[in-house]
Amino acid sequence: MNLLLPGMYVSTHSPVHRLDPRVKMTAALLLMVAPFAAPGFPSSVLLAAFVGLIALLSDAPWLALLRTLRTVLWLGCFLFVFYLFTTPGRVLVAWRGISLTAEGLAAGTTQIYRLCLLVVVSSLLTFTTSPAQLTHGLEALLHPLARLGLPVREAAMVLSISLRFVPTLFDQVERLIKAQRSRGAALQSGPPWRRIRSWIPVFVPIFVAAFRRADELAVAMDARGFRGVRQRTHLRRLRLGWRDLFASLIVLGIGVTAFALDRFL
Amino acid sequence: MMIVVDALSHIYAPDTPLARVALRSVTLSISPGERVGVAGPTGSGKSTLIQHLAGLLAPSSGRVLLDGVPASGKGQKSQSRRRQVGIAFQYPEEQVFEQTVGREVAFGPRNLGLDSGEIHERVRWALNLVGLDAPAFLDRSPFTLSGGELRRVSLAGVLALQPAVLILDEPTAGLDPRGRGSLLERIDAWQRETSSTLIIVSHDLAALAQLIDRVVVLRGAEIVADGPSRSVLGDPARLTGAGLEPPLPVALLHQLRTAGWNVATDRFRPAEAAEEIASYLRAGRRQFETRGVPQ
Amino acid sequence: MSTFIETHSLGHTYRFGDGERIVALRDVDLRIARGEFVALIGANGSGKSTLARHLNALLIPTCGEVLVDNLATTDPGNLWEIRRRVGMVFQNPDNQLVASTIEEDVAFGPENWALPRDQIRARVDEALTAVGLWDQRTRPPQMLSGGQKQLVAIAGALATRPDCIVLDEPTSMLDPLGRRRVLETIRQLNRESGLTIVLVTQSMEEAAAADRVIALHRGRIVLEGPPKAVFAREPRLADIGLGVPASMEMTALLRERGVPLETTPLSLRELAAALKVLGPVTSVL
Repeated sequence: MNLLLPGMYVSTHSPVHRLDPRVKMTAALLLMVAPFAAPGFPSSVLLAAFVGLIALLSDAPWLALLRTLRTVLWLGCFLFVFYLFTTPGRVLVAWRGISLTAEGLAAGTTQIYRLCLLVVVSSLLTFTTSPAQLTHGLEALLHPLARLGLPVREAAMVLSISLRFVPTLFDQVERLIKAQRSRGAALQSGPPWRRIRSWIPVFVPIFVAAFRRADELAVAMDARGFRGVRQRTHLRRLRLGWRDLFASLIVLGIGVTAFALDRFL
Repeated sequence: MMIVVDALSHIYAPDTPLARVALRSVTLSISPGERVGVAGPTGSGKSTLIQHLAGLLAPSSGRVLLDGVPASGKGQKSQSRRRQVGIAFQYPEEQVFEQTVGREVAFGPRNLGLDSGEIHERVRWALNLVGLDAPAFLDRSPFTLSGGELRRVSLAGVLALQPAVLILDEPTAGLDPRGRGSLLERIDAWQRETSSTLIIVSHDLAALAQLIDRVVVLRGAEIVADGPSRSVLGDPARLTGAGLEPPLPVALLHQLRTAGWNVATDRFRPAEAAEEIASYLRAGRRQFETRGVPQ
Repeated sequence: MSTFIETHSLGHTYRFGDGERIVALRDVDLRIARGEFVALIGANGSGKSTLARHLNALLIPTCGEVLVDNLATTDPGNLWEIRRRVGMVFQNPDNQLVASTIEEDVAFGPENWALPRDQIRARVDEALTAVGLWDQRTRPPQMLSGGQKQLVAIAGALATRPDCIVLDEPTSMLDPLGRRRVLETIRQLNRESGLTIVLVTQSMEEAAAADRVIALHRGRIVLEGPPKAVFAREPRLADIGLGVPASMEMTALLRERGVPLETTPLSLRELAAALKVLGPVTSVL
C-alpha cells in the first residue's frame, strides 16, 4: 500500500504500542465518554492534557494527528455555528432576530472540544494498535458472549482474514483502475447513476476475484486441517502485564479525578 | 509514434515514511515500429516505466513525451496520444467484466467513440488475430473460457484499439508451453502486419529473443543497459551483474569460453549457438587431423 | 523404500449441475515411495491438478482407490490424519495465506490440531527456520515477494510435521529468483529431511530435478520414469503438448550439426561438462 491514511497503524515501539489492546480499547472508550460525564472546564483541561500526554508517549507525529482532525472539519464548524446561535442566554451580538450568546460560545466550544477529543483518541488507538491486535482484543473482550451461544470466535476469524486481505485488495483495485483507464474507461465523472455504471469495469472483476479467492482460500484451509473454530488453540495469547495494570490504574485515576473536579469545584 | 523519456524519475508516496524511488533519471527514446524488450529483476522499475509510457502516471520529475506531447497531460492533445498506446498488464484476464466476449473486446473501441459498424469490424478483426474465430466466440460468456482463451480475449481487447504502440507486461505468464508459443507467434504476426511499436516486459529473455530487436535492462530504478538484442542478451557478465539469468545458449557459450574455448558468446538464439559450437569443434578436429598432434 | 502413497485404477469424473460430466482421471495406477521426489507434468486439462488433490483427500475417487500410508481416502475417519501427513501448497501465493503475520499463518495448521501453545511455538520456529524465514516472522504478507509467500506456504505445510508435501504449480506465478528459491528449498527438504515430494509443474527444467517424472494426458499416465528416460521421448511429449528441458533442446540442435554428444544432459551444467570433454585440452597442468 502506498497510501498513508489518517489514523493508520504505524509500527513503532512506544510504551503505548506495547500495551494490551483490551486495555487500550477500554481506555479509549472511557476517554471518549468522559467529556460527557464530566463537562466542567477544569476536568476538560485535565482530560485534554492527559490525551496530549498519551499522544506524546505514543510517538504519534503531530501533523498526522492534525490531519485526522481534518476529516471532521465541516462537522465541527457546523456544530459550532449551530450551538453558537441557538443556545439561550446572555446575548452578545444580535442581528435580525438571530442572536449570538455567551452561553452559545461556551456550548459551541465544548462541542468542538468533545469532537476533537473523540477523533484524536480513536486515531491514537488505531495508530498504536494494529488491526490484528484490535481483532484479538475484541475477541477476548467479547469472549464471555460466546458462552451465550453467539458466534464470537467465528466472527473474529472472519474479521481477521478479511483484514489480512485489505492491503491486497487495495493493490488489486489500484491495478484494475489503471488497466481499465488504459482502455479508455472514464471513471468518476458525471451524475450518480452514470458514475456507478462507469465503475462496473472495476466492480465486476473485483467481485469475481473475491469469490475465486474465497474459494481457493477455503480449499487451502481445508487442506491445512481446518474443521471449524470450536476446538482451535492459538499461538498468540493476550496477557496483561504490569505495564497494563499501571496504565489502567492511571486512566482510571484520571477519570475519577475529572469526575471529582466537576462535582466538588 | 515517437516516444521520448527525458530524465524521468518517479517516487511513490513522497514525503512519507513509505517513500520509495521507483525510477531515477531514466532517459530513452523509442522510434515508431521498434520492437523493444524491457528486462530487469522484480522491483527494478519496469512496471512503473511502462505505466509512464502509457500516460497512467505523472512523473515526479522529468518528462515523458508521446510525439512531443506530455503523456500524462490533462489536455485533449495528451489524451488523444494516450489513446494510441495500448497496454496489457500481467494476467489481463483479471480485468474481464462484460457478459460476452464480443462486448468485452468492444469495450475499448466503444470508449473511443467509434460507430457500431466500425466497432463490430474491429472486434472481428481482433478476435481473428488472436485465433478465436469470431462467430463462435462472440456470444460466449468469458467465464466459460479456459485460461489461455481468456488471455487471448484480453489481448484482443487491447488490439481492438489498434494502438500505434503496444505494451505487454509478461504476456506469457502462466501459459503452458503450447499456449506460450502460439501467443508469441500471433503477436509477431500482428507487429509485422501493422508495423506498430512493440514493447514487451518479460523475465523470459529466451522468449523475447524471437520478438524483439532491442533490449533495455533496468536495475535498482535505473537503466543499466540499452542496445540491440545481440549486444545485451549476448553479454552474460552484464546480465548477471544486473541480476538476470542469461539465455541458455549465451550461458553455455560463456561457460565454454571460460574453459578456454574460442567461441563468440553473443549467439543468443539456440540454433546460432549450436552452430557456433559445432563449427568450433569441427575446426578443432581438422587442426588435429592435419597436424597429427594430440591437442 | 516403502510405498507411501498408492492409487489403484483411480478415476475421477466431475459432475456439474446441468448434467455435464468431465472425466478428469482414468485408470491411474501410481506408486510413490517414501522419500521420493516425483514430478507430475501434463498440458492444461491433463488432470495433473486433479490427481494432486487426491493425494491429500481434497478429492475422493469416483472410482478406484487412493491409499496414503495405508489409509484409504474414501474413509471419512481417515481424512484429518491423511491431511496431517500430506501437506499441500497451491499455485496462487496470496490465496493460501490467512493471517496478518507470517508466524501466525504458519501456526494455522497446528492451531487446527489444538496443540498446546508451547508446541505450536516450537513447530512454527522449526518450520520457519527450515525455509529460512525465521527472522521475518513478524512481517505481514503484503510486504513479501511472491517467492517468500510460497516459502511461508511451505512452512505452513511443514508445521504439521508431514511425511509428504504436494505442490501444485507453486512457481508458475513467480519471477525467476522466486522460482529458484522455492525449488532449492524443496530439493533441500527432500534430500536432508527425507520428505516425500510431489511437484506438479509446467516447467520441464523443474521436472528434470526429480527422481521420477510422470506425464499425464487426458487423465491417463502416458509416460513414467527417470527424467532422462522420459525426456528422451521428445516426439511423444510434443504430441501431448509438452516440451523438454532447454538443455536437451540444445543437445538435439548440436547433434543435428554432428556434435557427438552421447548423454542426455538434463541441465546446463551437465551439458557444459559433456561438451568440455569433447573440446581441446588447453593446458596440461
